[in-house]
Amino acid sequence: MDRQKLIWTVVCVVGALGLIINAVTRDAGSVYVKNVDHEFALVEDEKWVDVSSDDALDYDLEGKERINWSSEEQANYRDYQEANKAKPSQSKYSFSLSRTFGVWIAAMFTLFIMSFLFKDNPFYKFAESVVVGVSAAYWMVVGFWDVIIPNLFGKLSPSFINSWAMPGLEGEADLLYLVPLVLGIMLLWRLAPSGTWISRWPLAFIIGTTAGIRLIGFIHADFLSQIRNSIIPLAVFENGSFMFWDSFLNLILIIGVLTAIVYFFFSIEHKGLVGKTARVGIWFLMITFGAAFGYTVMGRIALLAIRLEFLFDDWLWIIDPAMNRIAGT
Amino acid sequence: MYDFLKNLDRRWIFLLMFLSVSIPIIIIGITGQSFPEKPTALSITTFEIIENLKEGDKVLLSFDFDPASEGELGPMATAFTYHCAAKKLKMYFMALWPVGPQMVDNAIENVIKKDFPHLVYGEDYVNLGFKSGGEGVIKVIVTDFMELYSTDARGTPFKSIPMNKEISSVQDMDLVINISAGSAGTKEWVQYAVTPYPDEITLIAGCTGVQAPLLYPYIPEQLPGLLGAIKGAAEYEKLVFDRYYRDEGLEVPGRYQEGVRRMGPQLVAHLLMILLIIAGNYIFFAEKKRGIP
Repeated sequence: MDRQKLIWTVVCVVGALGLIINAVTRDAGSVYVKNVDHEFALVEDEKWVDVSSDDALDYDLEGKERINWSSEEQANYRDYQEANKAKPSQSKYSFSLSRTFGVWIAAMFTLFIMSFLFKDNPFYKFAESVVVGVSAAYWMVVGFWDVIIPNLFGKLSPSFINSWAMPGLEGEADLLYLVPLVLGIMLLWRLAPSGTWISRWPLAFIIGTTAGIRLIGFIHADFLSQIRNSIIPLAVFENGSFMFWDSFLNLILIIGVLTAIVYFFFSIEHKGLVGKTARVGIWFLMITFGAAFGYTVMGRIALLAIRLEFLFDDWLWIIDPAMNRIAGT
Repeated sequence: MYDFLKNLDRRWIFLLMFLSVSIPIIIIGITGQSFPEKPTALSITTFEIIENLKEGDKVLLSFDFDPASEGELGPMATAFTYHCAAKKLKMYFMALWPVGPQMVDNAIENVIKKDFPHLVYGEDYVNLGFKSGGEGVIKVIVTDFMELYSTDARGTPFKSIPMNKEISSVQDMDLVINISAGSAGTKEWVQYAVTPYPDEITLIAGCTGVQAPLLYPYIPEQLPGLLGAIKGAAEYEKLVFDRYYRDEGLEVPGRYQEGVRRMGPQLVAHLLMILLIIAGNYIFFAEKKRGIP
């Protein structure tokens, strides 16, 4: 075993021991739930009322058909401790193995992904593959249940979809939706061994409509509206008095717009007055890129901060800013 | 110095960045102290647009982001939801991103159920869920919700939800709040909702830092209010919770100070970035001086 491997092995063993001690002695990384019981009574035809709600007072619930179930809500460790102290045999709050497992998996995957900063390794590859696979599957499932079922089959045959998938779905069948169904089937035809050209027709339709929608959107919102928004007074007056700062800002905006446009005007060689104006335009563009870079840095640091907050708070229990484990607001 | 900086392993820079972010998180997390925040004009305008709405006004909240940008946009989503609930506005939640409904659930769990348990689903707030199609969804619902939303996220028929009886399209909303991490997001809401219907639809937004410079040209005509990145979130948090907690003599709960807390690591990490940029420029000019191509 070379020196580097030995160092990393020792670091990993010491880290794992620390995690185990932290988890055993302080319950770090554990998640607790509150068990909530629900009970509803059938008061009228198809009308169910929560027996614990104010609405239930309006009805005589004696002898009515009832349905009950229980669910879990995430609870604070503090609430769990307090409930245990008050009554050790309480069952309202309990330890959740599945949610605890979720926190540990999330923490491990965060470390696996961050390990890429040191160098590429099998843990990173594993985490990356899982993320890609889960994302693809999630998109597919969400697309099926949120779009294809309610917005395609639900429109074509509401009663059929109502009977097995969406009890709340209402409405009349709209046969116009056969068009997207046929186009969808044609699009999937590219997976078939022959006749892949059939998928080009719906693809052409998608490209055409998307281009049309986007073209109008950009011309209206970005081109015409931006021209209108740039037509602003160079001298701003408010209640008859000259507003120097507002006027100065408007002047800067106009100079910025005009010089940046001149920079992108390539029909005339950038020499003389045009060249100098274009140079000013470059300065404005550079300042814009700098501001964009600054904002990007801020965003990336915020993303790192939340992952570290998760590790220090939810997993290791080093900090507790939301007062979930110690008494507070 | 030149040789040291030139040959510095990039992993030392990663370690420095890790320390510059983690140490402030731990210190702020343990002490509960954070840096003071002074709201800028844009955050104040955003706050006042919501503050000027009347009880019962209808607000559409489109949560167009996912866990990847939750660090920046989560605090905004929490503060927007709190502000709307405190103002007793009717909240219509929706999402153009597949994981958006989970972000909506987080806001409902952490804000409405904890601090406004008296609000009734279907009467005070509703979750319309996710629809795919991006700008296509906006283009449709800007004239007709029912065309795409036959039910809410729970499967209840759209028109049988009491608060939905008052609306037929986005134009019926008194305000649209968009929290955006990319496309489809604020740009698409400006292009396909605000620009064609400037008198009917008012949009304010919270966005990631990457997007903010692209959205500034829309201010103030097409986008009167914008919270840019975690800085915007921290400023807005300060305004909202000063108004509804500190002004009432109450202590602000830690869960409502995520944005303000995250400004601490920002400060230290930005100082490190400035030092690294100076170091990079030193190498550049040193090489130029030594004639190294």
